[in-house]
Amino acid sequence: MPRLKLFIPVIVFFALAVMLWRGLYLDPRTLPSVLIDKPLPEFSLQTVELGDTVVGKADLPDEPFLLNIWGSYCLPCLQENPILMAAAEEKLVPIVGVNYKDKLNLAQLWLEDNGSPFEFSILDESGRLGIDLGVYGAPETFVVDGNGVIRYKHIGVIDYETWEEEIKPAIAAVKAESNK
Amino acid sequence: MVPELGHFSLILAFCLSVVLGTIPLIGATTGNRLWISLARPLAAGFFVFLSLCLVVLAYSFVTDDFSVMFVAQHSNSMLPLQYKITAVWGGHEGSFLFWTWMLSGWMLAVCIFSKAMPDDFVARVLSIMGLIGAGYTMFMIATSNPFDRVLPMSPADGADLNSALQDFGFIIHPPSLYMGYVGFSVVFAFAIAALISGRLDSAWARWSRPWANAAWAILTIGIALGSWWAYYELGWGGWWAWDPVENPPMINWLIGTALIHSLAVTEKRGVFKSWTVLLSIMAFAASLLGTFITRSGLLTSVHAFASDPTRGIYILGFLGFVIGGSLLLFAFRAPLMKSEFGFAAVSREVFLLINNIILVVASAAILLGTLYPMVYQAVSGGELISVGPPYFNIIFVPLMSVLVIFLGLGSVSRWKKTSLDYLKKQLLIVAVAALVLGLALPLALTLEFSFGATFATALGLWVVLGIVQDIRLKSANKPSLLAGMKSLAVSYYGMQIAHFGFAVILLGAGLTSIYSIEKSVLLSPGQTVELGQYEFLFEGTEHLSGPNFEAERATFQVLRDGAFVRELHPEKRVYTASRTPSTEMAIDAGFTRDLFITLGEERDSGAWSMSLYIKPFVRWVWLGAILMAMGAIVAVTDKRYRRLKTKTLEKEVASVKAMQPVSS
Repeated sequence: MPRLKLFIPVIVFFALAVMLWRGLYLDPRTLPSVLIDKPLPEFSLQTVELGDTVVGKADLPDEPFLLNIWGSYCLPCLQENPILMAAAEEKLVPIVGVNYKDKLNLAQLWLEDNGSPFEFSILDESGRLGIDLGVYGAPETFVVDGNGVIRYKHIGVIDYETWEEEIKPAIAAVKAESNK
Repeated sequence: MVPELGHFSLILAFCLSVVLGTIPLIGATTGNRLWISLARPLAAGFFVFLSLCLVVLAYSFVTDDFSVMFVAQHSNSMLPLQYKITAVWGGHEGSFLFWTWMLSGWMLAVCIFSKAMPDDFVARVLSIMGLIGAGYTMFMIATSNPFDRVLPMSPADGADLNSALQDFGFIIHPPSLYMGYVGFSVVFAFAIAALISGRLDSAWARWSRPWANAAWAILTIGIALGSWWAYYELGWGGWWAWDPVENPPMINWLIGTALIHSLAVTEKRGVFKSWTVLLSIMAFAASLLGTFITRSGLLTSVHAFASDPTRGIYILGFLGFVIGGSLLLFAFRAPLMKSEFGFAAVSREVFLLINNIILVVASAAILLGTLYPMVYQAVSGGELISVGPPYFNIIFVPLMSVLVIFLGLGSVSRWKKTSLDYLKKQLLIVAVAALVLGLALPLALTLEFSFGATFATALGLWVVLGIVQDIRLKSANKPSLLAGMKSLAVSYYGMQIAHFGFAVILLGAGLTSIYSIEKSVLLSPGQTVELGQYEFLFEGTEHLSGPNFEAERATFQVLRDGAFVRELHPEKRVYTASRTPSTEMAIDAGFTRDLFITLGEERDSGAWSMSLYIKPFVRWVWLGAILMAMGAIVAVTDKRYRRLKTKTLEKEVASVKAMQPVSS
């Protein structure tokens, strides 16, 4: 049937159009990560601060903490940095960074310029850990409990409002649970 | 009052395009000469009224009419004049107006340069373009009117143009990119007109070719300008990042490249007709898809989610109508196309077909990578994933390498049938020379073996030496090389210039990826840092006031082996109206290398953080693009495209006969 194959382009096109139409109605921010309530993926990477030392899942805090995806190229990260800095100063919650698809020297300069709220920053130059974490782009922030299980995910910049109304309550809930 | 004139012009343009999209098309089908003759004046009128819209919008910007919402959102009374004018395409509504105006400009060009074509065919072409114009003007009037007012509470001043856009690159990049994008609508209209009339002959391919070449050349320049702009403006020294917004032009370019080659085969040999028609539709589909992707906020929405889906739905509906309809028409009409000649398994046709397949596969892979996060999310119902440059590089680099090998084979081989012995005889020496020189040249320059550099150099030389060999061969039976070179057609030189440009890009992209070096340092005034063979002496910074920004300007002395090269002045700016900071890097451009410096932050100690880069051969990427575009333009000037008008009516009868369905 040589004539039927001529319809392949139009069929492919309409399949694509349906996808695009669905895509229009997706709001990535309201969709929960399927990684929620799943443990963090395994990794073995260097850090921005600690030279050649390789860190893994075992080196993460054994209390609830924030995992913040950032990069020196990322302007919104600069915007949320003071909020994270304040949280780190208050010792509200430990914050671990994931330096996502960045260059080591640029990341180090960024931390020197803007201050570091992080215990340390995992160096994810290839973006492999980011893919395992389902990261779309920097900034993103995960609330992780003491057992290394992801409990909450925020996509995009954290402003004062989201900090007070979303992240803080999420941290409090995870903390209350671990105190039981 | 003045903005309303623009609004009225827009509505009038819409009305004209609706008439243009119907009457001449019907006239061409029924043979009504009066209706056919309406096409040219209507197209000209469409152009005139859209030009008026554009002038009115620019006037509103220049006179700081902040009661016009689009002006209030994208300008500021302090914005320099050149950016006030170009802010016309600095936002959604204005971009659409500009896009549509470009369409009308191409229509006008078709009116002017179509004297050699039958009137009914031109009427169909203009009618189809008129329908596209009607869709776009309606879209503007309904959902994205650039002349919408904020009354009575007009803002006192505007929000300012995004500071990243206040640059020379913004003045020239969007117009050239849009012009290239929209240019494919001409080729598309030719293909649809040919499908409707059944006149899919080599004359159709000959008429399409200059338009396809022109659109492709302009798109090439547009993409190169975008890459160059990103390189010097964004501050990380990259010239291509596989960003979702820069992928659609690339997809379009790859399909356009396939199209111009396929058109060549169809014109010269009368084969690949349905493939050429399909590529004509796909090239325009890619440009519409590009518009949809960048304008609906579909891909950029993730971190700047604000757009309502109405606009996206409209564009998607339009896309479905135009492209879906065309592909359906294609499916019904394609069986009528018959190849006029056959060809052997080793022939130029086959090599060009392979080249086409590689280009289409590459564009499909890029489309997949661009849409995959979104499609995955739509299918899985939740999880977000990301696709980055590693994916694109893994796919793109090998595909392009194979493409280059076939490029060399294809240009030397002959139409219809080429013997393998002949190819071996002519190209073995080229291959050996490319490999040897590819190994030797990088080694001689750097004293270090690098597989990547050898590979890139060998591929580039394979193309360049192949061109030399081909010119030598083609003039072999002439008394002298010069006489032989004189006898070759203008379009042949166009092709070879473009191929040479491609080789230059290949060399530039390969070598700059491998040999670039960079360093980030903290320097106090008076300190020096070494990078490669260069020394950079930081002399300090001074304060500077621009028209709409405040800046810190640094001074560097660049030395090479102790000898002064030049002074460089990177800047750190803060735009007054929006308070956004921006980094202006300093670049010392060179044929074999670029040096550039970006300024970071000042520390309490008075030291500055900064990054310094040396990028060898990076200019070649854009130089090659300019050569490719030049080649295409040279080919357009070939005199065989300016033949006399064919006899319209006899042709019509003949084509109706030719349209009898093929029994299958």
